[in-house]
Amino acid sequence: MTQTLLSINGLTKAYPGVVANDDVSFDIGVGEVHALLGENGAGKSTLVKMIYGLVKPDAGTMTLRSQPFAPPEPRSARADGIAMVFQHFSLFEALNVAENVALGMENPPPMRDLARRIREVSETYGLPLDPYRVVGDLSAGERQRVEIIRCLLQDPKLLIMDEPTSVLTPQEVEILFETLRKLSAEGTAILYISHKLEEIRALCDAATILRLGKVVGSCIPRDTTARDMAEMMVGSSLKTPEPSNRTLGDVALDITGLSVASPSEFGTSLKNIHLTLQQGEVLGIGGVAGNGQDELLAALSGEIRSAPDAIKLNGAPIGHLGPNPRRALGLLAAPEERLGHAAAPDMSLTENALLTGSVRKGLASNGFLKWGATQEFAEAIIKAFDVRTPGPANAARSLSGGNLQKFVIGREVLQDPKVLVVNQPTWGVDAAAAAAIRQAILDLAGGGAAVLVISQDLDELMEISGRFAALNEGRLSDIRPTDTLTVEEIGLMMGGAHGMEVAHV
Amino acid sequence: MDLSSINPVLLVASLMVAATPILLAAIGELVVEKAGVLNLGVEGMMITGAICGFALAVETGSPLVGFVSAAIGGALLSLLFVILTQYALANQVASGLALTLFGLGFSALLGQDYVGLKPPATPRLDIPVLSDLPVVGPILFSHDPVLYLGIALTAAVWAVLKFTRVGLVLRAVGENHDAAHALGYKVVRIRVLAIMFGGACAGLGGAYISLIRVPQWTEGMTAGVGWIALALVVFASWKPWRALLGAYLFGGVTVMQLNLQAAGVAIPVEYLAMSPYLITIVVLVILSADKSSAPASLGRIFHASN
Amino acid sequence: MIRVEKRPQPSQFWSAATPVVAVLATMVAGGLLFAVLGKDPLLAIKTIFWDPLFGEFSFYYRPQLLIKGAPLILIAIGLSLGFRAGIWNIGAEGQYIIGALVGAGIGLAFYPLEAWYIFPLMVLGGAFGGWAWGMIPAVLKVRFGTNEILVSLMLVYVAEQFLASMALGLMRNPDGMGFPGSRNLQQYGSAYNAELIAGSGMHWGVLSAFLAVIFAYILLNRHMLGYHIRLTGEAPRAARFAGVNPARLILFCLGTSGALAGLAGLFEVAGPAGQVTIDFNVGYGFTAIIVAFLGRLHPIGILLAGFLMALTYIGGEIAQSQLGLPAAAIQVFQGMLLFFLLAFDLLTNFRIRLARGEVA
Repeated sequence: MTQTLLSINGLTKAYPGVVANDDVSFDIGVGEVHALLGENGAGKSTLVKMIYGLVKPDAGTMTLRSQPFAPPEPRSARADGIAMVFQHFSLFEALNVAENVALGMENPPPMRDLARRIREVSETYGLPLDPYRVVGDLSAGERQRVEIIRCLLQDPKLLIMDEPTSVLTPQEVEILFETLRKLSAEGTAILYISHKLEEIRALCDAATILRLGKVVGSCIPRDTTARDMAEMMVGSSLKTPEPSNRTLGDVALDITGLSVASPSEFGTSLKNIHLTLQQGEVLGIGGVAGNGQDELLAALSGEIRSAPDAIKLNGAPIGHLGPNPRRALGLLAAPEERLGHAAAPDMSLTENALLTGSVRKGLASNGFLKWGATQEFAEAIIKAFDVRTPGPANAARSLSGGNLQKFVIGREVLQDPKVLVVNQPTWGVDAAAAAAIRQAILDLAGGGAAVLVISQDLDELMEISGRFAALNEGRLSDIRPTDTLTVEEIGLMMGGAHGMEVAHV
Repeated sequence: MDLSSINPVLLVASLMVAATPILLAAIGELVVEKAGVLNLGVEGMMITGAICGFALAVETGSPLVGFVSAAIGGALLSLLFVILTQYALANQVASGLALTLFGLGFSALLGQDYVGLKPPATPRLDIPVLSDLPVVGPILFSHDPVLYLGIALTAAVWAVLKFTRVGLVLRAVGENHDAAHALGYKVVRIRVLAIMFGGACAGLGGAYISLIRVPQWTEGMTAGVGWIALALVVFASWKPWRALLGAYLFGGVTVMQLNLQAAGVAIPVEYLAMSPYLITIVVLVILSADKSSAPASLGRIFHASN
Repeated sequence: MIRVEKRPQPSQFWSAATPVVAVLATMVAGGLLFAVLGKDPLLAIKTIFWDPLFGEFSFYYRPQLLIKGAPLILIAIGLSLGFRAGIWNIGAEGQYIIGALVGAGIGLAFYPLEAWYIFPLMVLGGAFGGWAWGMIPAVLKVRFGTNEILVSLMLVYVAEQFLASMALGLMRNPDGMGFPGSRNLQQYGSAYNAELIAGSGMHWGVLSAFLAVIFAYILLNRHMLGYHIRLTGEAPRAARFAGVNPARLILFCLGTSGALAGLAGLFEVAGPAGQVTIDFNVGYGFTAIIVAFLGRLHPIGILLAGFLMALTYIGGEIAQSQLGLPAAAIQVFQGMLLFFLLAFDLLTNFRIRLARGEVA
């Protein structure tokens, strides 16, 4: 290894009830691409927030180029050459690209100069961007370019990237990696946070693995198998879900020419979608975030209405029906956002069981609620899906992401759906819960139900679905059997490189 | 009925006077809302400013002292809203209502001994030649300084929001407070300052009513102007110049109905008096379709968890 | 350094305790205010909170508690339904006035006929008037997305002007020798909302308030509609996912709160107030907002809060006549109560911690 850039020694940070980081130490060299690997909740985010000055450690020290380094706020971290590309929450949709970039800089030049520099840098690194476009109108990949360019303009010594590829197509990932390799060759160190092992093997020089806030190992990714890294990350050997026998039955869900406008300002409208889903089938829908996934779920759950004939359930037109009549007919759904959409954060699990369960489980008569039966239903979900909680009286927000997701999926599965639509079933969920949820989806299909899985996790879709299609700008690609697909083809279905180009430097 | 008694030049001049309290309060609230905070306490801060300004102007004999203390009074009252919404993380709608209810009572308490007094007169601009010009003189060059301050403030707020870093950061905080926090901006501090600016502006607007427009002190004399100012911010789509336009529109309606009352139009007084409120509703109906320019974090509670 | 941490779930204890703490804090701060005004703070607090209940003339004041509490409770129950769902009707004062006008108008139209059906018709009219006035912001919100806070409030001023026009015009007592105000309904048997038991303060409005509390309790805890109201307030997107029709909920909440406010107005104008005058309304519609929050938007809480607020009205009047405490001081006192309540409410969802020293 070359000379050390950042050295982390014994960083510890505790929150009520959880030690997010426990005595974490490792070094990053100048120009090194260093992976920080760990499951959701392993403490990766807390660690980078400490490096970026957003969170102060309880104990431990850092040195940057052998000097003590303890940034009191992001501003001073940026001044020391640390830059960060966030996974969420750092762009302003209503502002334009140049304004967004200026907000991430200490002393931005006047807007006109800044716009010129944005054009220059973005073209140099193969990430073309119009500085005057409003960020809300950009695709997920383009938004990430804004973040990256914001960092590059500050000439960073260390670039932190938090799950950067989750919003990219495989082609875009390749181009991003080219850019990162160039940066690394120019001497910029990169701290690359991910749980995608193959990517890390392709890109990174070194890896530090976190589990439950502790460093549990380090390795040279090129020389380590993905399976070994996964086991270090999870701490036990993983069980891959097994599909049960698939015998496909009649067409359960038939979508023809579905077009709906998005209800939100920066949303994506669905354009002329066709698909059929058979009993016993799992159909995977991939695509980069923001290409109509939320809208497709809403159009199927009944939150957005459409022409009656656009959606048929077992031959009957249902496009005009609201959520509850659809539930009565057997079409159930589980949206992506757990807190606030699939579940009400401050309500108890019992009350949340009522949220979608009232119709099929008969939890109300003449509008009057049967709290006893509702609580039994909640308890049944907790038991069947191994939801870790003291009891059904606890608020939804008190559960961890994985446990709440098991509750949300379990709530629908236990209602014996004819067709189940799920969006991002394992997003932000620990590996054990993710495996359990995938198994539940396969079992449900094995029992004769039709399942539509919308996900941005391609590995997940390849693992559990029989056929695959991708959403791109509100349009659905052709549907293809998964076992014959190559990564290249999947990427093209998702929209290819979306106008990105390889870095020119 | 004698409509000929209505002098168009005086009408325009007096609509500018009638518009100024609404404009001042609306410009302040516009800044607050641009920072992502909905303060429904404008009415309470205005009436507090009205009595603070009135009392101190009477005690000191100086309208200037009156206006300065009105701004301070409004800003101090807004600190209560700051405590509730920025530190105790209370619901902004409820906190704003609390501020208004409290302000109405508090001002009545402060104002007990000032009912029926006359405040010192605020001098008007008197530029030789210019102020004496026909038509243009009374409309443009012979008002009190606070009226010009209102227009200057509109221009200043517009320029700051559009061209400066401070304005950019303020808008960023109002658009997405989580992102602004992640970039290291002090969301709470910026909002506190914006709320206090809003309080000071509302206080000035209130004092304009008690010291210039009416001029005397009566309980509850703002009579919903603060609420109209809130509606005006929506009407203006959060744009300062449109707030000015809207304020003049409402000022015009108010002055018009007063003139019609004086001219003895056959419409009962009460129905004329309700017209500004009805027009506010009509304007809200026409303009509510476009919500896109509202700051995205408006009214949401910010708590930097983790 | 003080740190605020979000609790994993809302604290039941603090949810019940905050109103009590807020009342105590208001007493302390109010006492200070009274001291600044040159009054003996302890005596003032005792006059407000103790004398109406247990003082020498409590036989007179206790019934007043029902008379003043009932409209507050009736209105606050209606408001709380909307507030729970994030629908902000702050124009109850206007709905109260219009309900009173429609109801009293029906009674006055029948004058001098005596018939059993007149009062029930007036009650229906009162509810209808308030409902209709509440439906204006509701329909505008559903149809045009107009902000219901501003519209309902603007309509208060409109209603006040309308009241003035009625009291001075159409409804003015023809035998009133030119004085403003309508005939006195207390002297018109078929239209009078008399006490059900003489001297108890118990009139039809009080009974309705109790019924409203029971109705709201059952609605919120046992009925799907109440569940949908709560769900909409806590997570609007989840509510839509659960099949709630937001438009219908807006119409229901604003309509119901309008109808209840209208009822309160009718019972007041046909009973304790007696006649339509230019200022028969005394701000119950605004005070009820404080009552709704003080009662934590919970029916039983509102029942208690309504009586507490009635107590401050009655005690305030006593303090006004006996101690010369200004009327506005009571208004400030009530405003402070809402402040402290909102401030202490932090403890329900958050924990306050003294942070350990920062590590360098």
